Amino acid sequence: MAKVTIDGIEIEVPDGTTILQAARMIGGDIVPPAMCYYSKLKTSGGYCRTCLVKVSKGSEKDPRPMPKPVASCRTTVMDGMEVLNITSPEVLEARAGVVEMLLLNHPLDCPVCDQAGECHLQDLAYEHGKAETRYEFPRREFEKIDIGDKVQLHMTRCIMCFRCVKVADQITDGRVHGVINRGDAAEISTYIEKAIDNDFSGNVIDVCPVGALTDKTFRFKSRVWYTKPVDAHRDCPTCTGKVRLWYKGDDVARVTARKDTYGEAEEWICNSCRFEHKKTSDWVIEGPTKVDRHSVISANHYENLRLLKASIDRQRASLPHGDKVDLGTGALNPNNEEK
Amino acid sequence: MGKKILLANDHIEGIRFLDTYRKHGGYASLEKALKSMTPEQIVEEVKTSGLRGRGGAGFPTGMKWSFLAKPEGVPRYVVCNADESEPGTFKDRYLMERIPHLLIEGMILSSYALGAKTSYIYIRGEYFYVARILEQAIDEAYAAGLLGKNILNSGFDLDLYVQIGAGAYICGEETALLESLEGKRGNPRIKPPFPAIAGLYGCPTVVNNVETIAAVVPIVNEGGAAYAAIGVGNSKGTKLISASGHINKPGVYEIELGVPVEEFIYSDEYCGGIRNGKKLKAVVAGGSSVPILPTELILNTAAGEPRLMSYESLGDGGFATGTMLGSGGFIVMDEDTSIVKNLYTFARFYHHESCGQCSPCREGTGWMEKILHKILHGHGTLADVDLLWDIQSKIEGKTICPLGEAAAWPVAAAIRHFRKEFEDFIRNGEHVNDVKHYYRLNNLTAPIN
Repeated sequence: MAKVTIDGIEIEVPDGTTILQAARMIGGDIVPPAMCYYSKLKTSGGYCRTCLVKVSKGSEKDPRPMPKPVASCRTTVMDGMEVLNITSPEVLEARAGVVEMLLLNHPLDCPVCDQAGECHLQDLAYEHGKAETRYEFPRREFEKIDIGDKVQLHMTRCIMCFRCVKVADQITDGRVHGVINRGDAAEISTYIEKAIDNDFSGNVIDVCPVGALTDKTFRFKSRVWYTKPVDAHRDCPTCTGKVRLWYKGDDVARVTARKDTYGEAEEWICNSCRFEHKKTSDWVIEGPTKVDRHSVISANHYENLRLLKASIDRQRASLPHGDKVDLGTGALNPNNEEK
Repeated sequence: MGKKILLANDHIEGIRFLDTYRKHGGYASLEKALKSMTPEQIVEEVKTSGLRGRGGAGFPTGMKWSFLAKPEGVPRYVVCNADESEPGTFKDRYLMERIPHLLIEGMILSSYALGAKTSYIYIRGEYFYVARILEQAIDEAYAAGLLGKNILNSGFDLDLYVQIGAGAYICGEETALLESLEGKRGNPRIKPPFPAIAGLYGCPTVVNNVETIAAVVPIVNEGGAAYAAIGVGNSKGTKLISASGHINKPGVYEIELGVPVEEFIYSDEYCGGIRNGKKLKAVVAGGSSVPILPTELILNTAAGEPRLMSYESLGDGGFATGTMLGSGGFIVMDEDTSIVKNLYTFARFYHHESCGQCSPCREGTGWMEKILHKILHGHGTLADVDLLWDIQSKIEGKTICPLGEAAAWPVAAAIRHFRKEFEDFIRNGEHVNDVKHYYRLNNLTAPIN
């Protein structure tokens, strides 16, 4: 076990835990954002540099600080390590720099992008980005490529997180896609547009943090915030069959894997579940998905009313005369005697 | 006249071949080591010698060797980094072209010291003809029983291979080199683990520069203490310097560390002064990635002491007023050189050579090149200089491998020391139509005398 302090919060974690995992165990604001790290993919992480943190004390044995900011997703904790994330202006500055670099060649076509609303780059730019770009040159552009009949690759939006390459490497049989070219001309590609054709290839859509890999059966069908997520399962011979259905009205608009707080799929699902079972009668509905109330997806979500009421009640209870607060105006009304 | 160790015999005709090399004392170190020394003794000698890595970082070689993990039943590897791609550096090529057997002898000694049974020389793709020279030399060594099974009846076996890269600067970074050697895409690995723990094929590996490995030969032959007697401070021994630029005598020089920079530039023994009687303007002292320094700072330190060709003296003052010895690519620029154009050339190189793995370097190097291109074409604004400064600070230290720093340092130093020149360039709008062919055009239009 190693004791690590992140932004002044102490936690004891097993040896071999990375700083990012330790931060996720604490949770909340101090978790560094991660665009390329994916806990279920081996050797992922370290590329995007958004999770940079400052190690102000190396360990109990060797208290020297690390000279450069380190990628928290690939640095394991040492006993007595002290890490600064949001309490270090240097880290926030570096992160803002990385976000600017990631957005440099990104087309910002969010209004027509299917990923908008659940895009990690959007969230990241919202939190750490600047209002305008300082880049005044033409952005990089690529032709759209169809990878098989169900997945489309739009390299222009890609931020080179390498997650899909790791999926192709580790989840599916026979690696057929990787990276070609070098530097800012590098692109994800299949060998001469060869289709990815195996049972689990659809997972590349789920791991993509931006709209570079999209589900062709869902393209331009709906904005994600007009759909309602519902957890469901079915008896699937290939995968566990635990999925999330996204309803638009009474129709299943798309099927994805269930994702956790950090946008990572809990279990990989097969292409048959993802692309071919889009009727309510195919599934056993477990109930509505809990959605973070800060997400745009929750905007018209029925779950919210209950959460909102609970939150108001809690805040009222914490006030000295909470029961006398007028809910409409927020003013303290001593005559409010009804409760 | 400074003492020469590595290049002592380079003027001898036929030193490339085994017979002549042996006639002039070649492979004496190997015989001495295999007959009378244990591997630990060689590592100790290297530690005593104070030899530092000659590839650029200057890390003590003996210490690097002692970090090598030695688990039972796992092979260890020695890899020679001959992927010399830093602009302005060409010392390894010279050494391998002239005296290939020195490197091979050094490889056998290092492999013996570190217990490697298989070793590799990873050479850059553009040096294909040097690879042929090396392979020829290796064949000679095999035929003479200096490589293969039971070398010189000592019971030590070693196989040595030459692997040619495909011409990527990034493969000079040790972990990218190992990836490339394994047959993968040459992307740097994320450290830790360091190669000393998990390197080639996941086994403990030592990666050393050509010059470092060649220096093991005289160290074993004459002892570490004799080697340590040369030099100044923590900079021991001799160093090969690739001198290029506007000097009378460009070429590879072996210097004793501690020669004053002024002497190196102006004495007839070395560079022989600035070409055409011009004045010195700036020097890039250790290959394109180290900070450029103007005349007053390269000849003397900020404290007013004469600057010496050594790791400490060149590094004196940090990056504010100092630079680095680096790989020894000594690029001299005379008063007619445009720092802006020079920086554009460097920026274009780093943009082209970025591997594309991590975002600050992938996007930032291209951005810097585009801004410099804009300035060079007369469309720059004064704000662009501040923007360049900001971009380089966002790259430096934020990347997986040192290529990010290598791209950021020249930009930072050029702006730090020559900011006025950038501003003049922007204000006066010097216009160049075709930057790519600028140097050739300039030569063509120069008056014929």
